[in-house]
Amino acid sequence: MQRSPIHRTFDVIAFEAVSKTYAAAKGPGGHAALSEVSLAVKAGEVFGVIGASGAGKSTLIRLINGLETPTGGKVIVDGDDVAALGVDGLRALRRRVGMIFQHFNLLSGKTVAQNVAFPLKLAGRPAAEVKARTAELLERVGLSAHADKFPAQLSGGQKQRVGIARALATNPKVLLCDEATSALDPETTEQILELISGLNRELGLTIVLITHEMDVVRRVCDRVAVLEAGRVVEEGAVEDVFLHPTSDTARRFVREADGEVSASGVDGRLVRLTFRGEATYKPVLGEVARTTGVDYSILGGRIHRLRETPYGQLTLALTGGDVAAAIAQFQKAGVRVDVLNGEGV
Amino acid sequence: MENVAFNNVDWAEIGQATLDTLAMLGGSMILTIALGLPLGVILFLTGKGQMLENRAANGLLSLLVNILRSVPFVILLIVMIPLTVALVGTSLGVAGAIPPLVVGAAPFFARLVETALREVDKGVIEASFAMGAKRRQVVLGALLPEALPGLVAAATVTAVALVSYTAMAGVVGAGGLGDLAIRFGYQRFQTDVMIVTVVLMLVLVQVLQMIGDSVVRKVSHK
Repeated sequence: MQRSPIHRTFDVIAFEAVSKTYAAAKGPGGHAALSEVSLAVKAGEVFGVIGASGAGKSTLIRLINGLETPTGGKVIVDGDDVAALGVDGLRALRRRVGMIFQHFNLLSGKTVAQNVAFPLKLAGRPAAEVKARTAELLERVGLSAHADKFPAQLSGGQKQRVGIARALATNPKVLLCDEATSALDPETTEQILELISGLNRELGLTIVLITHEMDVVRRVCDRVAVLEAGRVVEEGAVEDVFLHPTSDTARRFVREADGEVSASGVDGRLVRLTFRGEATYKPVLGEVARTTGVDYSILGGRIHRLRETPYGQLTLALTGGDVAAAIAQFQKAGVRVDVLNGEGV
Repeated sequence: MENVAFNNVDWAEIGQATLDTLAMLGGSMILTIALGLPLGVILFLTGKGQMLENRAANGLLSLLVNILRSVPFVILLIVMIPLTVALVGTSLGVAGAIPPLVVGAAPFFARLVETALREVDKGVIEASFAMGAKRRQVVLGALLPEALPGLVAAATVTAVALVSYTAMAGVVGAGGLGDLAIRFGYQRFQTDVMIVTVVLMLVLVQVLQMIGDSVVRKVSHK
């Protein structure tokens, strides 16, 4: 998805061969959470980092706002080398980088309004401004009616909305989402992702989110990096990684999101068709079968959206007729064909 | 059974002793919090994985607290006499009781404070830093307010412990209800005096606990 031209080439966040090794509790050695990670997050994009637990996602996102410090390489955020910032510089950076958490991390003894006001008070803003800004933020996340409640009186989704309002209080450029929907049910996850997407569109907020769910990436991200044992094993536009994963880890996540086709004991040529955009809705399959005389059996399939782009993926076994011609005809219709068995096209 | 008819009970003296006990309790409680709270906060903050992690300082403070806590209070009362005289000019009466009470209770309270602070969700502390808080702001604005119910409960337990400490302080001439119980109830076999003082202390403990519990409920929003 193309971004506005002013922002397109500007990296808000850059990881330059970043490593993080935690010292061992006793003796030499240690645990490498991240190894030589290089990444660039462009202004105004939603960047996802997906990985299993222990892959280093949590460390990666905390390096961005200096909650963790790298043991090698550089993290550049909004033009600053995070590790080189002094105490005041780091605090100023943290006001430009909001963060939300899996378990919300709200102050239980403060009301919703007081929670949202907290970062503004920390920054020493005048009371009148704090009050006005808090009301505005609560309005944005739809919690104005709950301003005087305590977090314990809210649902999970409402708590995360408070977290989001609080993270936005100081008008940050970047929003870090640390497994922000992992503790929520599917319906609430949908609403929170919708809200996050809206912030990206309306405020031009750059968003980095870490997750272990491919579905979250599919719904909101522009680009994604796949993390495995502290290394980036795949990176690219979400459509590419999702439809044509090249690493085992990425394939595993896609499979988790969609279910996998079992093709053992099937006759004929096994092909996977990938439809994108308008092709998704055209009656290509019937046309090809009629004109080339191939029979097909559908072994698996899915039709979904990647953000705004519809796509479909079908796994077929083609038998009889002119299989090669059928494949050529699919390709002509703008459908990508991957042959899963036998010789190529 | 003339004792049980409360013939020995001098109600004016009981009243004075009750006031003395309350004075010792109030004075020592204020000083215990004033000393124990910062001590507990420092114990917590210098602990492993905390924001002011410092093994040497933590080890030293911890040792001091453990030493003071392992001395039986009756012994502490006696050992403290020269220091008490140096501090308040006398080792007798309400004033003379307060230094040993504070030295006995503050380390105890500090440990309870440390435990209460450990109960605070680490995520909340991390979130505060992520919002750009200074350490001082994290401690005063997030850590202590989040621990408030636990801190109030710790103060309640400490106040109840101080009631029994004030009774022991009677041994070295501190006055108060404990003193009456020992001098009249125990040494002169005046069971009625013993009953009255014990009942009064029981009521005092009960009232303290009820106040503490109700404040905890009020400040807790979990």
